[in-house]
Amino acid sequence: MGRCTTFTPSGDPLLSTDLVASIVREAAAPAVMVDHITVAFGERRLFDDFSLRLDGGRTTCLLGPSGCGKSTLLKLIAGSGPPLLSGVICLEPDAGKLDCAWMGQDDLLLPWLSLIDNVLLGAKLRGELTNALRQQARNLLRLAGLGNHEHDLPSRLSGGMRQRGALLRTLMEGRVIVLMDEPFSALDALNRQRLQDLAVQMIKGRTVLLVTHDPLEALRLADRVVVLAGSPVRVVASLEPPGRPPRPPGSPEIARQYGELLAMLMDGNNL
Amino acid sequence: MKARPFLLVVGLLALWQLVIVLAGPPAYILPGPWPVAKALVTQFPVLLSHSLTTTLEMVFGLLLGILLGTSCALAMIVSSRLKRWMLPLLLISQALPVFALAPVLILWFGYGMTSKIAMALLIIFFPVTASFYQGMRRTSPELLELARIMGAKPLAILRYIVVPSGLPSFAAGVRMAAAVAPIGAVVGEWVGSSSGLGFYMLHANGRMQIDRMFAALVLLAGLSLLLSLIVDRLLARLIFWEPEKGKIT
Repeated sequence: MGRCTTFTPSGDPLLSTDLVASIVREAAAPAVMVDHITVAFGERRLFDDFSLRLDGGRTTCLLGPSGCGKSTLLKLIAGSGPPLLSGVICLEPDAGKLDCAWMGQDDLLLPWLSLIDNVLLGAKLRGELTNALRQQARNLLRLAGLGNHEHDLPSRLSGGMRQRGALLRTLMEGRVIVLMDEPFSALDALNRQRLQDLAVQMIKGRTVLLVTHDPLEALRLADRVVVLAGSPVRVVASLEPPGRPPRPPGSPEIARQYGELLAMLMDGNNL
Repeated sequence: MKARPFLLVVGLLALWQLVIVLAGPPAYILPGPWPVAKALVTQFPVLLSHSLTTTLEMVFGLLLGILLGTSCALAMIVSSRLKRWMLPLLLISQALPVFALAPVLILWFGYGMTSKIAMALLIIFFPVTASFYQGMRRTSPELLELARIMGAKPLAILRYIVVPSGLPSFAAGVRMAAAVAPIGAVVGEWVGSSSGLGFYMLHANGRMQIDRMFAALVLLAGLSLLLSLIVDRLLARLIFWEPEKGKIT
């Protein structure tokens, strides 16, 4: 489509860091422990004594063949998956309530709400909407290059803008745990990279679990890449790419690891 | 674009006149447009007061029917136990032909407007209930999950997610209801009444004043169209976000 979707993420770097930090309540994000869980769909065991630790304040990317249980794991952590037959999913160090924010492949913007009301959806649903929050949402929208669209209905926005709105909605939840299920996969390459950069900038310091099918995306965004495969599913590989995300897509290191990851995924598929 | 309704009306009138000229039916079978127009003018004050009765019956039937239909749909979506009890009741209410119920309703509610409103209501509430309920049932499960993860209480989910999701279907139901509202009112008037266009038509029929009967019919068609048009406009305003999907041409 001919709609222009250019934006400049931050005019004022100071403002942006302050603003984003102010939304995250705690300073140090806790880790999430997925501790020896067993989950079955009917007869089939999807997870059998499966464990995974999501380091606090870092981004973990889950890679794996489709249908291996990545999304189910995300749902389990969000508390909306099938019941655990054994094991626990909890926070570490403290055993507080596991509150998280969710972002999916579909933007899930409500077509009858303006962009800013969509960004504020969580607060509205919980009856916690305040003017301060509204101002915060407005600032975030401006930061994400959507300042001129806050009163537009989603149907008037491009796919990239809508997904940016979904990212801001996730961010406005102010949760330290952020779960993302292929949030960029419906976008074209250009919009994807822009949104990835914006996301990294905005979710810094939170405990993030990002499910993706794209090894390159994992290598660009993750502090740690975890490869899942098999049935019941298990962790077949785990690697920590050097440097801080977002990494430039063209670097030789990324290119080398991309090949390795792809090979691993192929192997996983044959398990 | 403004010319289309005008052309349609003129075209229909021309067709009517053509049938009169070609087939030459006697005036007590099918009067021409001209005698009917004359009856419409000479009888206008009488017709107006009867139209008022019928209009009130349609409008109140529609409003109450929408109210009842909406309540039923909400009750069924809130409680699946309630739904299991209500579903057979709703089906029974529709299995009974409303026309067969008309004498009973008139026995219970009298010759006045109440029985006709009850009749219209009985016809109207079902499409509203069925469409609204189905619409709400089709709320995206991912949206519901998102709301739950956001920590929304069931009532908030209903209010902010489920009900708006069902509104486009609700609108379809109401449009259908507006189209059938005149049936309830007029059939009720046929069975027993002392005013209304249905009553007037029977009265004129009994006296072989077929031109007057057709005049009432024309007026009734106009009223029904007007009602549908107004309802359509109001709904388009209520459901402002619904884009024009599925355009074939």
